[in-house]
Amino acid sequence: MGSMGTIIGTWLAGFLTLAILSFLYKDNPFYKLAEHLYVGVSAGYWLIYVVFFDVKPMLIDTFMNETGFEKWIILIPGALGLIMLSRWFPKIAWLSRWPIAFTVGIGAGLGITANLQGYVLPQVTATLLPVTGFTVTDLSNIVLVIGVVTTLMYFYFSKPHKGVLGAGARIGIVFIMISFGASFGYTLMARISLLIGRLHFLFHDLLHILD
Amino acid sequence: MESAPKRGFWEAMNNLDRRIIFLILLVCVAIPLLLNVGAPIPPTRPVQLAYDAVESLEAGDVMMVSIDFDATSAPELMPMLRSALRHAFSKDVKVAMLGHIAIGLPLGHMALEEIAAEYDKEYGIDYVDLGYRPGYIAVMIAMGRDIGDIFASDYRGTPLAELPVMTGVRSYDDIELLFGFEHGAVIDYWVRYTQARFSQRMTFGTTAVMAPDAYPYLQAGQIEGLVGGLKGAAEYENLIGHLGLATRGMPAQQWAHLLVIGFIVLGNLGYFFTRRKN
Repeated sequence: MGSMGTIIGTWLAGFLTLAILSFLYKDNPFYKLAEHLYVGVSAGYWLIYVVFFDVKPMLIDTFMNETGFEKWIILIPGALGLIMLSRWFPKIAWLSRWPIAFTVGIGAGLGITANLQGYVLPQVTATLLPVTGFTVTDLSNIVLVIGVVTTLMYFYFSKPHKGVLGAGARIGIVFIMISFGASFGYTLMARISLLIGRLHFLFHDLLHILD
Repeated sequence: MESAPKRGFWEAMNNLDRRIIFLILLVCVAIPLLLNVGAPIPPTRPVQLAYDAVESLEAGDVMMVSIDFDATSAPELMPMLRSALRHAFSKDVKVAMLGHIAIGLPLGHMALEEIAAEYDKEYGIDYVDLGYRPGYIAVMIAMGRDIGDIFASDYRGTPLAELPVMTGVRSYDDIELLFGFEHGAVIDYWVRYTQARFSQRMTFGTTAVMAPDAYPYLQAGQIEGLVGGLKGAAEYENLIGHLGLATRGMPAQQWAHLLVIGFIVLGNLGYFFTRRKN
């Protein structure tokens, strides 16, 4: 038997689970209560995390504890963060463009190199596969290369999809559809897993009818 | 008075109240779960590779665990997180946990404390919870230079220098393996910024929704293994020989999948027959 806090928490979680699931029948006040609670609690929790894991240790504590150049340079990101809040005041909202430009610039710079180095090149390399015989691996390699090339043909819109390009695009659609099917299957599995998790909680933790 | 036209079977099926489908699905999932029937789940190659990656670690090595999910994905990711922690602690591998989803990190911490207690592991010596820092990419890149720059202290505020588990752990060079648990795009950042730049060994557990997006990384050899969804978690549980919620959920998953396949067939037949009639 758990503590009183655990028992109350479990029953509360059970009530909120049923309240959310009740939406499947139709919209109702219990669902709305649970939904609003979730949004409110999440926002409050997130705010506390940001204050105690970001603003305090990385801005306030750093400023208080550091000496010399390190102490003062921290004021630059601090000021940029404050300027971002100027969006709330229409007359000086234009100031927020500076931190946004700073963020976009860094994001673009990092993103371009990371996507080339960490995605495009490794994926292209992984598509240049050898075919040296008639093994299952060779067949798999051929299918992979055909899939990549024909899918790219489908997404080439600068010429009408006729002739060789049209035939390739039609094969590409088959690969795209298979990909969508796989994604749908996995998504279904994920949703059923969530239901299994909630039912296990209700049967095991709340009702104690499962070991 | 003219009576309403009699509806055929397929028209009735096409207009079936969705709540009846929900009810059937609920029964289909609940009964196998209550009957608690199960069967061994043979591992697939991606899960075996993830297992092998952890198995390759030696006592004293540091495995970084990244909690990149929240409560919405907990039923899928918590079982595989528990299994990975059991696997690591059983080999006396040290664990350094962090997270990029603030609201999910306490779930990881709960699992860490629970599994560490099973193996008599001590906080600060065998494992540590570094906590959360915002800014996925900035955190990942900064850790490549110096973990202490971004995590000066653990989640309790204890300086890293006072934690024996972090002695000699300065950057990715000192992390043998990263095991991330992902329900979103953070896996892309890990691979594109950390694996590509710092050649960090990494393996992942993902929700089933995310698994198709992660397979290209596995195929390209950018990640070492992939545990996808509750099925992957069940396979990992079977590999370490400690069965849990994932294995218990597999019969329910199978019955639910058969039911949905049946509904898809019925729906298509209904569409076909009613269209021909119209």
